[in-house]
Amino acid sequence: MDSQDKISVRNLNFYYGQVRRVTNVTIDIKANQVIGIIGPSGCGKSTFLRTLNRMNDLILGARVEGMVLLDGEDIYDPEVDVVDVRRRVGMVFQKSNPFPKSIYENVAYGLRIGGVREKDFIAERVEKSLRDAALWEEVKDRLDDNAMRLSGGQQQRLCIARALAIEPEVLLMDEPASALDPTATLKVEELIQELKKKYTIIIVTHNMQQAARISDFTAFFMLGELVEFDETKQMFTKPQKKITEEYITGRFG
Amino acid sequence: MPVPCAYHVHMRKNARHNRLKEEAIRLLLFSSSITVVILLAGIFLLLLMKALPAFREISAGEFFLTGVWDPTGYERSHYGILAMIKSTVMVTAGAMAIAVPLGVGTAAFLNEIAGPRLREVLKPVIEILAGVPSVVVGFLGIVLFGPMIAKLFGIHSGLNAMNGSLLLAIMSLPTIISISEDALNAVPVSFSEASFALGANRWQTLVRVKMPAAVSGVIAACMLGMGRAIGETMTVLMATGCAIAMPVSFLDPVRTITSAIAIELGEVAFNSTHYYALFAVGLVLFCMTFAVNMVSDVILHKYQSLQR
Repeated sequence: MDSQDKISVRNLNFYYGQVRRVTNVTIDIKANQVIGIIGPSGCGKSTFLRTLNRMNDLILGARVEGMVLLDGEDIYDPEVDVVDVRRRVGMVFQKSNPFPKSIYENVAYGLRIGGVREKDFIAERVEKSLRDAALWEEVKDRLDDNAMRLSGGQQQRLCIARALAIEPEVLLMDEPASALDPTATLKVEELIQELKKKYTIIIVTHNMQQAARISDFTAFFMLGELVEFDETKQMFTKPQKKITEEYITGRFG
Repeated sequence: MPVPCAYHVHMRKNARHNRLKEEAIRLLLFSSSITVVILLAGIFLLLLMKALPAFREISAGEFFLTGVWDPTGYERSHYGILAMIKSTVMVTAGAMAIAVPLGVGTAAFLNEIAGPRLREVLKPVIEILAGVPSVVVGFLGIVLFGPMIAKLFGIHSGLNAMNGSLLLAIMSLPTIISISEDALNAVPVSFSEASFALGANRWQTLVRVKMPAAVSGVIAACMLGMGRAIGETMTVLMATGCAIAMPVSFLDPVRTITSAIAIELGEVAFNSTHYYALFAVGLVLFCMTFAVNMVSDVILHKYQSLQR
């Protein structure tokens, strides 16, 4: 681990009841990179992602061992406030999940619960976040419309804007484009390239071409273990392990 | 032209058979739903037919705008229902003022804070509360709440509007809790997850995300509870004192629409003006509950369309 590492995971195990879902993962993630996580269904990649902002805390009977260091500080330390962790490590989910509120209120939500009152500041931040999420031009004239009326791709970009509004340092994305059509997917992918200038992005994807296209580093998970982690170029041309090669070339998965 | 083989003939027969079956099922379901409409219309018509003769002798102005109800008056009869309406409205509003915050709060507790084991215990207990007969609740009002209210406010009798409100609140609580909890439970987990991921705590998530998303169900729950309260007869008959006078405060004894009908209809001369007047009173009650349902329906639709 060196000082530029944004997130360092050390010997992380995740248990759900008696079952171990993530096994002994150690990984270092540098700031302002896009890290793609690939692997077959049920390999624990989403579970792993959710340990990085303690979303698994919400699951009854879940238990975590090991450390997740965010800027060198363990987010599982009892002293650490989980609210603070989640404000620094934002998340976008597989299925877009805007609140049944107006577009504006969706983006403002994180600020409001954080205690921000100044209207001008909120308005400014809402616009900035929507611009960053490449949605502003499409919705600027109907910010008071219910977010549920947006298309699937727009909803997902709204969810990204909502996550950006509280200016996290890391953005976790759990298959953010899996429910989108190719055009909307392209938009989200372009967006990710833009966002990595400001954020560290960790993205779980089912789609290997997507990982190859957008990520700087790729992590390959299988059966809860981190099999291989390398630069994407390296991984997709000369993987170190046989099983990675087999997965990438589509022999299973 | 190809000759149809046996299989195709069979299939075609089957198709006709299926169509008939579909049609029969459709008809059956349609007739069962239309029965409800016919029943409702029938009740309304019956009330209307029995109520209209009352207005041969009572002026509508007296009936709706005065508060003295004295059908067996010495000099002349008085048929003003304003006091009864006010009684019903007071007792119901009082009940809702107690039951809505308590019920919605309990639902939120059950849904958000209570662990699965506590919920397993509490939910059935609450549902048993719904099964307590109203006469037992009324009894509770006479022997428990009545004396307590009398002592607390230094009045000689605790059988009054407040007592009725308390009891009706107890009776509508199970409905409000149970249906509100269902509504909260039906809020997609993805909403709460999104909220938590943005750094919200459980309270913020409950108040700002789950409650607004469940609001239509919660309102429906409260309206159903209110319907229960407005129509409840035995409890208010036993516990509210049943005085026929315009109530001023919650410490006054009241006679609600329901208890007036229950008390008087058994002793009234058949086909007398008083008899018809009681049906007119019943019609008013019918219209009140109908209005409550209509309003709740409108609110429901408004919120549902907002959520889409």
